[in-house]
Amino acid sequence: MSATTLFGLCGALLVGVGIYGLVVNPQPLRKILSFNLIGSGVFLLFGVVARRGAALGMGGDPVPQALVITGIVVAFSATALAVALLLRLHDASGTASLTTKESPEPSDT
Amino acid sequence: MNMAPLVDGSLVVLILAVAIWTIAVRDSFAAVVGYAIYGLMLALAWVRLAAIDAALTEAAIGGGLTGVLLIRAAVRLRPTESVVAGDSPAWFVKALAAVLAGAVSLALAVVVLTLPEPAPTLAPQVAEHIASTGLGNAVTAVLLAFRATDTLLEAVVLVFALIAVWSLAPDRFWGGRPGQHYHLEANGMLAYLARLLPPLGIVVAIYVFWVGADLPGGKFQAGTLLAAMWLLAIMAGLTDVPEVRLVWVRIALVTGSAVFLIIGFAGVPFAGAFLAYPEGYAKPLILIIEAASMLSIAVTLALLVLGPPERRGQS
Repeated sequence: MSATTLFGLCGALLVGVGIYGLVVNPQPLRKILSFNLIGSGVFLLFGVVARRGAALGMGGDPVPQALVITGIVVAFSATALAVALLLRLHDASGTASLTTKESPEPSDT
Repeated sequence: MNMAPLVDGSLVVLILAVAIWTIAVRDSFAAVVGYAIYGLMLALAWVRLAAIDAALTEAAIGGGLTGVLLIRAAVRLRPTESVVAGDSPAWFVKALAAVLAGAVSLALAVVVLTLPEPAPTLAPQVAEHIASTGLGNAVTAVLLAFRATDTLLEAVVLVFALIAVWSLAPDRFWGGRPGQHYHLEANGMLAYLARLLPPLGIVVAIYVFWVGADLPGGKFQAGTLLAAMWLLAIMAGLTDVPEVRLVWVRIALVTGSAVFLIIGFAGVPFAGAFLAYPEGYAKPLILIIEAASMLSIAVTLALLVLGPPERRGQS
């Protein structure tokens, strides 16, 4: 098996690991983390596609490589927004749970 | 003896082991530290896939900045940890999740094993036209010339994400300073590093930016490095975060997108299309866009890590 295929299978497994973590972990922070695992697995698959397109002295197809760089930066900004929402939920309700046992009164104006 | 298969195999095993550990470990703080390590190992995988630009970005943003962001959140959420961990789903939910995850992985694995041969590639087209940009780094040429629209929209997305984060501020803190105030420990290790590293970091960042035209590197990697240096100085207490109402903060955030747009629209009369560069001026224009974007990216990324305003200016 070529190294490229090996990393491709690694990416496929990372997506699976991320999906499992996203469903099973009750803490929202862990769900954000799992979602990032899914994302990095998808990026790695992109990297494999890029590597397979190596030609004319380039180590890989530069178009998917450039898209992955854009993707990593956008994934970071989405993660920052998700974390900010989570911390705001924590400040406003005193909990970080996603289950609604009782609706807590907002303590903040 | 060829060591490459051994290196690749061990790397894949390590990456998967850390990934599984980050979702299986009980303590969320341990999980996010694991995620930062995961980001660095993934960067090594990118090196093995001959994507050095992506490797630098993954190490700086995936490992570094995301790590800082998640660790800060994990520390603040620690008191709720034991309560929320009790919400763990029933065994059949876990079993269903495992089946779903396995099915998706299997489907993707089949796709990986049956990718078309020979692989489709745009490398020849890039090689054919790269001379017209005056750049040597094909990835930079794609980011700033061939697919410049993507990069422009991405710069705008970063600013929008920051606006969304700021909009979560409680009314009384609107326009104030993000995050807590860090107290300076004048003789502490952190203060020492925060004095020692930024000069080096800034020089390295400018170098990474400058060589990005011809070698791996560029504005994202350099901007992230600058953001990290600023965050280090802030967290050591050497400087405070500016109030987000300040005009210079707002200008710094939009300069990159604004310069990109102005040069983009100037392309309509001078080169016949939006974001087209006139013959012979491509490289200097790209460098101007990159320099402006680097500063905006640095300020935006650092403020994204610090979160919404949480205190008034004078505190």
